[in-house]
Amino acid sequence: MAFYLLRRMVSAIAVMAMVGVFVFLLIRLAPGDPAVVLAGPSATEQMVANIREQLGLNDPLPIQFVHWMRDLLGGDFGTSIFSGRLVLDLLAQRLEPTLSLSLLTLALSVTVGVSFGILAAWRAGGLVDRLLLVFSAFGYSVPVFVIGYFLVYLLAIGTGWLPVQGYAPIGDGLSRWFVHLILPTVTLSVPYIAFVARIARASMLEVLTEDYMRTAAAKGASSYAMLFHHALKNAGVPILTVIGLSFAYLIGGVVLTETVYNIPGVGRLVVDAINNRDYPIIQSVLILTSGLYVLINLAVDLAYTLIDPRIRY
Amino acid sequence: MAHISDTLTSAAAGRQPVFRFVRVARQRALVLIGGGLLLLLILLALAAPFYAGDPRNIDPFVRLKPPSPEHWFGTDHLGRDVFARAIYGARISLTVGLISALLAAGTGLLIGVVAGYLRKFDNIIMRIMDALMSIPTILLAIALISLTGPGIGILIVAVALPQTPSVTRLVRSVVLSVRERSYVEAAVCGGARLPKVLWRHVLPNTIPPLMVQSAIVCADAIMTEAGLSFLGVGVPPEIPSWGNMIASSRLYLATAPLTIFAPGIFLAVTVLAVNLLGDGLRDLFDPRAKRRR
Repeated sequence: MAFYLLRRMVSAIAVMAMVGVFVFLLIRLAPGDPAVVLAGPSATEQMVANIREQLGLNDPLPIQFVHWMRDLLGGDFGTSIFSGRLVLDLLAQRLEPTLSLSLLTLALSVTVGVSFGILAAWRAGGLVDRLLLVFSAFGYSVPVFVIGYFLVYLLAIGTGWLPVQGYAPIGDGLSRWFVHLILPTVTLSVPYIAFVARIARASMLEVLTEDYMRTAAAKGASSYAMLFHHALKNAGVPILTVIGLSFAYLIGGVVLTETVYNIPGVGRLVVDAINNRDYPIIQSVLILTSGLYVLINLAVDLAYTLIDPRIRY
Repeated sequence: MAHISDTLTSAAAGRQPVFRFVRVARQRALVLIGGGLLLLLILLALAAPFYAGDPRNIDPFVRLKPPSPEHWFGTDHLGRDVFARAIYGARISLTVGLISALLAAGTGLLIGVVAGYLRKFDNIIMRIMDALMSIPTILLAIALISLTGPGIGILIVAVALPQTPSVTRLVRSVVLSVRERSYVEAAVCGGARLPKVLWRHVLPNTIPPLMVQSAIVCADAIMTEAGLSFLGVGVPPEIPSWGNMIASSRLYLATAPLTIFAPGIFLAVTVLAVNLLGDGLRDLFDPRAKRRR
């Protein structure tokens, strides 16, 4: 166990280091002077020189990298070029909407997706299974922003039931917060439910043919007990793995959904950062999301021992 | 019981040409539907100048009009013909999607073969791929585009790069299993050089799974391009693309919904066609997968 843990940690650190190198080199190997790129098209000669000095761009590459890494590890993600504020402060401001949307989507997709997948696998070829096939073909093919505008047209503009766009901070009241998040959550969940349900179905199908399932049926276990006690526990590991791996996919959807609903989250921050050529923000978000991805998958791997006591590293 | 009688009838049907066609068509229904749909879209896009109007023609007198015989899908906020723009949008979306998919498949194939066959590089290559996979597709593409500013060339690279790791992983796993086969060993013992071993014995085995993966990559690439253009960092606004059409019509959802739904539906149908083609190819190459799915 300790050895496995150690090996897993080392590989996680290696991946993070790679991401670091990649992000570091990206701006420095890009065509043109990085200081000019960072300063933006309207910068004066003096501003460019300042940035060059500030970022230590006159030093040799390896030294720059060491300095840059040291700052990152110390929690210094730099300052925004556009607003002059600390990147971490800007991110912290935008975190609540993004986190709300991501967690609600995860909760909705996993509950609905896993149930959908179990029901489809239980009666493979039946009505629910066919429904899932159609739903997932749809969910995989229609981009989230098209689903978003469709839902807005139907449920917000057409009927006036839900707010068209915007975000209400959780501090302003729970119900206002929730009402504003219903449409974005459902939008982002559509492809995610399709995805989770397909995985849940496939992994349940595999488990349902096992000998112990026949034994459970023979000793008279109810359908509920068979599906949830005997099958789901065994099917859980692959489902959890895929949910962990799909984190990157979720974040991509968050960026688009935030734009559709005008939610002032991290996604909007990044999109605005491109238009302002605010590279420190883009850089930090890249590093933080990929770090989160690596951590989540590490946690998922370790969670296996909880779901499945047979797994011992 | 049902599948036994199924097997019997299809075996009997195989003898008569008409029935055989039906059987083959049923087996390959997904490939035919997906491929046909995709071909139709490509033809529509290529033939655009012959039947669709000018997508850039601005007419302030017919802004945000509903569908009419002159403007099948109505007009947008600048009075441009939505139908023409959706058809011309197919050109850029399909071009970027297909070229990016080809680029990703080619690069992934090359790197995957190297990683799988030359073990020295395996570990480092796969860690780089892990790193690329840990960054969300759209964010990675955004980071690349932010370096140069929007343009078609950087867009193709930015869409292709995030797709490369999945291809690399797949090719590597195929190469790893193939290199242990006795015919590869025999070829090496027979004095075949590395390029020949790779070309004659290893590469052909990677083609079927690579084709399936390419379809998935292509669907993803079309979605990414649309997403980037929707965010305003993909196809420059002067070229109509489905993504930037939707972005520029966002404010007119209530008054002229077709300005958003027309490109949206085209986009969905295109991705669906590519996905169906991919599913069909997988069933064709790996019949066992069909039962599992």
